Amino acid sequence: MSTPTHETAPEVVTHFVSLKHPWRIAGIVLVLILALLLVITVATNERFQWDVVVGYLFNPRILAGLGMTIFLTFIAMVIGLALGVVIAVMRTSASRTLRWSSSFYVWFFRGTPVLVQLVFWYNLGYLFPELTFGIPFLEPFVTVDTNSVITPLLAAILGLGLNEGAYLAEIIRAGILSVSTGQREAATSIGMTRYQAFRRIILPQAMRVIIPPTGNETIGMLKSTSLVSVIALSDLMYSAQSIYSRTFEVIPLLLTASIWYLVLTSLLSIGQAQIETHFGRGALAEAGVSGRGMSHLLRRGGKAATR
Amino acid sequence: MIEATSQSVDVSDVHKRYHHNEVLKGVSFHVPANTVTSVLGPSGSGKSTLLRSINRLIPIDSGLIRVGDNIIGYEERGGKYYELSDRDLCRQRQRIGMVFQNFNLFPHKTVLANLVEGPQVVLGRPKRETEEEARELLASVGLAAKADEYPGQLSGGQQQRVAIARALAMKPELILFDEPTSALDPELVGEVLDVMRRLAEDSSTTMIVVTHEIAFARDVSDQVVFMADGVVEASGPAREVLDPERSPRIKSFLMRSTR
Ligand SMILES: Nc1ncnc2c1ncn2[C@@H]1O[C@H](COP(=O)(O)OP(=O)(O)OP(=O)(O)O)[C@@H](O)[C@H]1O
Ligand SMILES: [Mg+2]
Repeated sequence: MSTPTHETAPEVVTHFVSLKHPWRIAGIVLVLILALLLVITVATNERFQWDVVVGYLFNPRILAGLGMTIFLTFIAMVIGLALGVVIAVMRTSASRTLRWSSSFYVWFFRGTPVLVQLVFWYNLGYLFPELTFGIPFLEPFVTVDTNSVITPLLAAILGLGLNEGAYLAEIIRAGILSVSTGQREAATSIGMTRYQAFRRIILPQAMRVIIPPTGNETIGMLKSTSLVSVIALSDLMYSAQSIYSRTFEVIPLLLTASIWYLVLTSLLSIGQAQIETHFGRGALAEAGVSGRGMSHLLRRGGKAATR
Repeated sequence: MIEATSQSVDVSDVHKRYHHNEVLKGVSFHVPANTVTSVLGPSGSGKSTLLRSINRLIPIDSGLIRVGDNIIGYEERGGKYYELSDRDLCRQRQRIGMVFQNFNLFPHKTVLANLVEGPQVVLGRPKRETEEEARELLASVGLAAKADEYPGQLSGGQQQRVAIARALAMKPELILFDEPTSALDPELVGEVLDVMRRLAEDSSTTMIVVTHEIAFARDVSDQVVFMADGVVEASGPAREVLDPERSPRIKSFLMRSTR
């Protein structure tokens, strides 16, 4: 009743003064100084033998090994993705037999070391000297010598691909589960078959969740391929090793290999960012972000969802 | 352009249980072609379950649902009912549209792409023709300008109008609406109901609408089906069914809804 009210004319704000962040600036300066010191120390240390490192970068054996590493990574990921989709769909199937057998697959191939799996495939000829194709208890159609079929390369492809399938199946399953059931119902209600709904509605949306961890898997695979040296396949790591075992330039050759791994990883990261932007279309429009912020936001969202 | 003919719907003695919970306990009613039927009833009475079983998003345990001459989910040969394959089921569903409470637009596709997805992928119709029709449909729900936006950029009311247009793009003989306005802010309900009202008046499509909007049911529908506890408690013209004197359940439902 008697409280006086202070009437003030509304002010028009014309500009804002941003908050200063002195600690952030101090942090940036510190990081830059440390980085510079590190670069100088490493670059000027003669024991790193940078001339040797660079000299081997385009060595034919290193390049051949690099080719093998890229080939194995690619083929193992392709097999892994194909298997992963099939197993992930089986795991969400209504049939108990399909669910259990796919769960068993994931349990087994995730639960045993890749190294053991590689050695197993490599020694298949010792365990089963002959491979026969036909109907059990009847005369087989074809019988072949196992060792003539399972070459080291095929053993590596099988070992890495089947193992990767188990990991990707889990990633893809998480992606499928992240799409709401309403999406499947909507697709079904416009008359789509189960396959059409999966291919056109479910999978593209699941991709947002699937891609970030699959990028991780690909980069992991790049380095897992170095395990194939145990079955005498010469990938990048094996080539480096076989050179330094003669020349004893251990550190420089490991650096040469590492530089190539870093180059490949960088290329993969760039590719991943582009694929993420592609599959994030609707979600990005919704969040109202554009340009570079897009893939950043997506990567965060994707990671949170798969955790 | 061939306009779809509308179909009658015949639901007879439909039973559905989830484990030990019998949700539909013998539901029967008839919807003549080219009419609007509103389904009302308290929460949990089985309205959504009934609607979903009409396009077989869920299978029923017993009873028969006919849309036109088709038995949903089965084929009769020599007095026996054989379950249809996924492909044949899809052929039945192509002619039945559905609009959901949560819109369920495809978020990774533009508004226009949402509309042409069914006609192009399911019916295999040409791109140009279906896009032209889709733009006309969007204009008819007042969203011509939104064709190239993504669903996430639209308000709830706009999304639901797109969802209705998406259902119409398939030229359905029957459209099912499951509480199309329940997820909307009160000020957005009107625009969706307007579209549905016009649809009821102008088109020849048969409509079954599960709703809590008593006014809509009264004004627009030719028939009201009142469900309670898994059975049809009453059905008929709105003014007869929505009469508080008819049963205590209807009375309490009306009192709660008009508050
Ligand atoms: N997939 C399911 N599994 C188990 N029980 C279910 C399932 N779907 C529905 N029910 C049960 O069936 C009953 C009826 O559900 P329904 O969704 O048909 O009701 P409704 O009339 O649509 O209610 P509302 O008005 O709240 O939407 C409920 O008791 C519900 O718990
Ligand atoms: Mg419901």
